[in-house]
Amino acid sequence: MIEAHGLVKRYGSTTAVNDLSFSIRPGMVTGFLGPNGAGKTTTMRMILGLDVPTQGSVTVAGRSYRDLPAPLREVGALLDARALHGGRRAFDHLLCLARSNGIPRRRVDEVLHIAGLQGVARRRAKGLSLGMSQRLGIAAALLGDPAVLIFDEPVNGLDPDGIHWVRTLMRAQAAQGRTVLVSSHLMSEMALTADHLLVIGKGQLIADTSVEEFVRSSSRQSVHVRSPRAAELAARCRQAGATVRAGTGPDVIEITGMDSAEAGRLAAAHGIALSELIPVRASLEEAFMELTRDSVEYQAAGVTR
Amino acid sequence: MTGTAIAPAGPDHRAAFRPATFGDVLRSEWTKLRSVRSTFWALTVTVVLGVGLGAVISAATAHGYARSSVSGKLSWDPTAVSLDGIGIATLAIAVLGVLCISSEYSSGMIRTSLIAVPKRGRVLAAKSLVFAVVTFVVGEVTSFAAFFAGQALISGHAPHAALGDPGVARAVAGAGLALTALAVLSVAAGTLLRHPAAAIAAMIAVLFILPGIAQALPDSWRNPVTEFWPTLAVGQLTTVHQSAHTLQPWPGFGVMCLFTAIVYAIAWTLLDRRDA
Repeated sequence: MIEAHGLVKRYGSTTAVNDLSFSIRPGMVTGFLGPNGAGKTTTMRMILGLDVPTQGSVTVAGRSYRDLPAPLREVGALLDARALHGGRRAFDHLLCLARSNGIPRRRVDEVLHIAGLQGVARRRAKGLSLGMSQRLGIAAALLGDPAVLIFDEPVNGLDPDGIHWVRTLMRAQAAQGRTVLVSSHLMSEMALTADHLLVIGKGQLIADTSVEEFVRSSSRQSVHVRSPRAAELAARCRQAGATVRAGTGPDVIEITGMDSAEAGRLAAAHGIALSELIPVRASLEEAFMELTRDSVEYQAAGVTR
Repeated sequence: MTGTAIAPAGPDHRAAFRPATFGDVLRSEWTKLRSVRSTFWALTVTVVLGVGLGAVISAATAHGYARSSVSGKLSWDPTAVSLDGIGIATLAIAVLGVLCISSEYSSGMIRTSLIAVPKRGRVLAAKSLVFAVVTFVVGEVTSFAAFFAGQALISGHAPHAALGDPGVARAVAGAGLALTALAVLSVAAGTLLRHPAAAIAAMIAVLFILPGIAQALPDSWRNPVTEFWPTLAVGQLTTVHQSAHTLQPWPGFGVMCLFTAIVYAIAWTLLDRRDA
């Protein structure tokens, strides 16, 4: 359980996080979604006590992170896979973290096994690929067998095999009743992994909803129709209250505000033959972009809209 | 009971965990220090420079003793001469001390460390304690080895010292102590400045450049500066023959400790307050 109340973080005149309140529940994967620069990492850093909030507070298991008696036993976190000493062997990196929280040495071997890193345990960290570093970071997060897991963009740099592994791991950890918070700027990734979504843009909460609900409410549906009498059908649809846009050809129209069954019935009632009738669902990625369009910090001119 | 496929929050063995202690953090910092190669090399350089350079300096100055002036003979301090190499070896300790925390900042490891131990003062305390103990052991071994090697080379060419002579044991053991104080100062400087290059430059300035500049000042300015400059004042602990305008051995060491304590307090406060 992670709870934030009115979190604010300002760096000089820049407000990175603005009045963020949420509660992240156990037993599910919560996706923390937002464009780059939305404040995801800053929020995670505040949860982990690295950054002090300008205002507000955040607690893990009912306590402020700095007051946890053995933090690694309660929270496992992966912020930046490259945040380790390049000259230290993978095993020693995990061992010094384990020692700091009184975690027995054999647990280091266990997490190396879980992460599939036994083969590179003696290798120095700078000799690890980004994917292996990512696995090492996840192994470190699992050291204390914590009830809360926090991952910042964990699939970055992983190959398809690694991505599948991380997804499965997160789902399994959540199924065991743990709290899993995972950030991403990719909606498609979250659709596959998360049960619940926390969407932020420009430091503010845009949506706090289940993935299903998010998909239902935000994906625009339209109907793609091809007909020799397209213009006539367009007029009939408008009369019925739908919105119609011209399609890719003179005989193609795109209807919104009416589903494909209704459009088909309307055409049949007026004896209009159809050669194509296709329901079109905007992708999640599009829905996400729609939702966060106003809050994207760096926007390429002329590309969006 | 059915329908309990999902376990309640957390794995069952969590009930067994105990709060992390300062001892855990000490063991962690010891593991960190011994698991990087720079530690081994810096300590090797300390011993080699301390003993080797000390031997060379001892042999050379002992050979020149016969030709030196009366005042030179009066201020002849074979103990201090044999410990001269350690003055240069301090640099290796300073660099290692700075690196053991600033390399965490440059690599990002500090974030991992502070997530594991969010009570930040513990990280700094454990790191400096571990490094201080290691430096003390290596420092004392080096000083005594340098002393015995130096006296062996000096004897026969110039008056040499014995450990039982007044002030000699204090000076030899003091060289290790001075190195230990410097170790703590370096860790504090690394914490304060965070960037390895900046912190190493600062340590070189404090150890070598500023004392060098002080030598160029007129006497009335120079004497109080050289008397109280911490890294010069601590040098009195390692000499048997005290020259004019210098502090006594233990007050000299006290000045260094006070200076270290001030820098340490600032580093501690900033570490606790700054975003990591």
